[in-house]
Amino acid sequence: MNRRTVGLLAGVLALGLAVAGCSSSSSKNSKAASAKSAADLGGMDQLAAAAKKEGTLNVITLPRTWANYGAIMDDFTAKYGIKITDANPDGTSADEITAIKSLKGQSRAPDVVDIGPAFTTVNKNLFAPYKVATWNDIPDSQKDADGAFYQDYGGYVSIGYDANRIKTPPTSFADLKNPEYKGLIGLQGDPTQAGAGFAAVYAASLANGGSLDDIKPGIDYFGALKQSGNYITVAATKASVESGQVGVTIDWDYNQVAFVSALKGSKVDWKVVVPKDGLYASYYNQAISATAPHPAAARLWEEYLYSAEGQNLYLKGAARPVTLKAMQTGGTVDQAALSALPAVSGTAQLASETQIDKAKAALVADWTKAVS
Amino acid sequence: MTVAVQNVDTPGVNPAAAPRAVSSGGRRRGAGLIGLAPFAVFVGFFLGLPTYKIVVGALHGPDGSWTLASVRQLAHDPYKDALVQTVKLSLYTALLGGALGLAIAFAVVSSTSTLLRHVVSTASGVLAYFGGVPLAFAFLATMGPQGLATRWLVHIGVHLERFQLYGFNGLTLVYLYFQIPLMVLVIYPALEGLRPQWFEAARNLGASRAQYWRFVGGPVLLPPVLGAVMLLFANSLAAYATARALTSGSIPLLSVQIANTLSSNVGPSQENLGYAMGLELIVIVALAMVGYSLLQRRAARWAG
Amino acid sequence: MRYARWTVLGLAGLFFVLPLGASIEFSLRDKGNGHSFSAWRQMFDVPGFTDGLVTSLILALGTMILVLALMIPTVAWLHLRLPRWRRTVETICILPLVIPPVALAISITGTFGADGVVGKQTPWFFTPITLFGQQILPILLLEYVVLALPFTYRTLDAGMSSISAATLVEAARNLGASWPTTLLRVIVPNLRTPILSAAILGGAMVLGELTLALLLFAPTFPVWTINAGAQADPKIGVAASMLILLVSWILLMMMSLLGSHRPNKLARRAAR
Repeated sequence: MNRRTVGLLAGVLALGLAVAGCSSSSSKNSKAASAKSAADLGGMDQLAAAAKKEGTLNVITLPRTWANYGAIMDDFTAKYGIKITDANPDGTSADEITAIKSLKGQSRAPDVVDIGPAFTTVNKNLFAPYKVATWNDIPDSQKDADGAFYQDYGGYVSIGYDANRIKTPPTSFADLKNPEYKGLIGLQGDPTQAGAGFAAVYAASLANGGSLDDIKPGIDYFGALKQSGNYITVAATKASVESGQVGVTIDWDYNQVAFVSALKGSKVDWKVVVPKDGLYASYYNQAISATAPHPAAARLWEEYLYSAEGQNLYLKGAARPVTLKAMQTGGTVDQAALSALPAVSGTAQLASETQIDKAKAALVADWTKAVS
Repeated sequence: MTVAVQNVDTPGVNPAAAPRAVSSGGRRRGAGLIGLAPFAVFVGFFLGLPTYKIVVGALHGPDGSWTLASVRQLAHDPYKDALVQTVKLSLYTALLGGALGLAIAFAVVSSTSTLLRHVVSTASGVLAYFGGVPLAFAFLATMGPQGLATRWLVHIGVHLERFQLYGFNGLTLVYLYFQIPLMVLVIYPALEGLRPQWFEAARNLGASRAQYWRFVGGPVLLPPVLGAVMLLFANSLAAYATARALTSGSIPLLSVQIANTLSSNVGPSQENLGYAMGLELIVIVALAMVGYSLLQRRAARWAG
Repeated sequence: MRYARWTVLGLAGLFFVLPLGASIEFSLRDKGNGHSFSAWRQMFDVPGFTDGLVTSLILALGTMILVLALMIPTVAWLHLRLPRWRRTVETICILPLVIPPVALAISITGTFGADGVVGKQTPWFFTPITLFGQQILPILLLEYVVLALPFTYRTLDAGMSSISAATLVEAARNLGASWPTTLLRVIVPNLRTPILSAAILGGAMVLGELTLALLLFAPTFPVWTINAGAQADPKIGVAASMLILLVSWILLMMMSLLGSHRPNKLARRAAR
């Protein structure tokens, strides 16, 4: 090492020091960060003003075509002038939690999350409690009493199929065993990891004598479907459906409806049906990060999502908003969107977190053996 | 770097400099290690620390206490199954990819067209990193039930749709798509180093082509070929996006399981279990490296 | 011999080109059964296209330069002074391949993030960590260098073995060359092909690397493909991934052609 090299190293170190010294910490609006409702900040107008001052909202894992989030985000930005940054749109609920933890203290950290039911109670300490203006319109069983998390929209497991290729439209899980569907049926992904895939197995279980406590009949069902060649393990995505690699999928009904409009004009004529024999529904959950870099914008977002406007936009995306019953009673529901929803016969029970954990463990243990 | 002060201003031969520059005697070794310092510091920071976190995470529980619970889970299905399938898949794709890649590299080296060399070496570089969902999609679009090739080949009576792209063999085939280019690119410089003069010299001494390969070409090539195959093996261990898009978990693989435990839509992350599997992969590679070292030593003996 | 060569190359060409062709065919699909360039044209309009591309190109260049700057002296040193350490360094250099990117991403954020092992104490010499607080790109660049280590080491090592570096260095030192001169003007020119191979692989890797960048929320081009491109239209996503391949390939071809502008004539003359 000669003097020149040492000098260079010293220069680099000095530069690094200078950069480190210039590090600016993001300004925290601590009043908004501890607000448990809009009233704490002096009302909706004050909340909106504080949020506008922050100027940005960080959301995560929200695909634009998922439950009409594209329109929701655009409308929010148009209404309040707050820019939305959507990180990792195809990410998972686990990615959202990881992002909250790993990006803590940085301006890129997510402000709000939209997570599956199994991720709520176990991560409660990461969320800031907040009760929206329409809090009472959310059924008690679908929100946390302290306001840490609350369900936003949900859907039913449904069957989607390409009407141009299928002669007999399937209406139930039993129908799918028909040899006509050989080589056509795909799931959203690996059921031990993908939410809709997991739900498909759960629904199949309900259709074959299982229950929310017993997912085994569902595993056996898909095992048989794989043996007969009807179920192919290819992940059903917009690309694989549009290119014809997958002809029948089992996915959330709001996703299927989104497929219908996305595939208009292509070779695929997509249709949706909620199966008669296995009815399984699930709702996603909203939560505000306790370490959100834009706490006021986060709270405004929640207020927006739970306003009639926001909930109706979910409805337009064929997702069932959590305040649906209250909106129907109050007459604020978008009737046209409501009647466009896929028909459902019967009511579904929502699985509890313990049931989901148990089912997941059973699935992880047996899935590969069943379908290999 | 060098401890002794060299007088490099005097032109011409400096007899004092010659032997000292290259020897690696006992006393010198300590001083020599300093040369590795930049590498060591860099690797220590950006590879060592994350690896350390993985190892530590594998041996801890969610509450932060030391425990072997995660490691013990690895002995149960589906993780046990995943271990077997992972090693099997990596071994097959490494050996097959190595052989096919070597053949292609040979074909390119022995040609006189420099354009061919440029095209192949750059295309290999690009394709070696083409993987994940786009690769799975590309193969499905070609050989899947509705694939281009499938539809064409039906006319000549070949039913490609009977070949299960998402079975073990299909996965091997798809993996080869990036393993072969990697092999080509990594082994190509070694093949180029095989000087034509040696072949001419061997010929002059009366050797046949087979004898040239047995006594000159083979021993020179074997170490880099082994090294390249080892690289392919390790490369295949961590690949998961392709497998996940094609098989949706029907073929258990450690890399996919790791992704499932750390990034799932169904249940909260099981970090310790994921890290335990990461540790398992590292151990597999360490064991493979031991076997590889033994092989290299035997190969060196062959070179005489 | 010639037939064998062209059969091998022909089959290989078919195997590698067909899947790409099928993907491109899909990206060119239009209403009904028609084909058009609409997806490709729309791709350029999706916001973030140029930013992502430029970011990835800069990362690729930076990775290539850094990994070579680090590894050429290191491998040379290993061959000349510490041959017994070669196996150890080889083992270390193969680790980045084995650690799945998901695990690596989480352990990186766990180590360098705010709550991480290193991040918690931020004495002045941990500047990479404070940089992480501002921008992810420096950390991503350095991790890409780590990811480039396996094949860079492999090619440089094989190359160094084949040029009998010891003799060259001895000759150079005898003629009075300093260490930097020896390295830059004797060893490097003889390692042209391995260096080019390593650079090509490094560049290609960065331009195509998705998982680590995605999980670290870095705005690279492959991430853009998934986030903005595929979100708008799956055909755009496929078109974008084909575009990455094409762009990488063209850039690397340029590099390769320029790099061997003065082919082994010099070395061959010297060897005589």
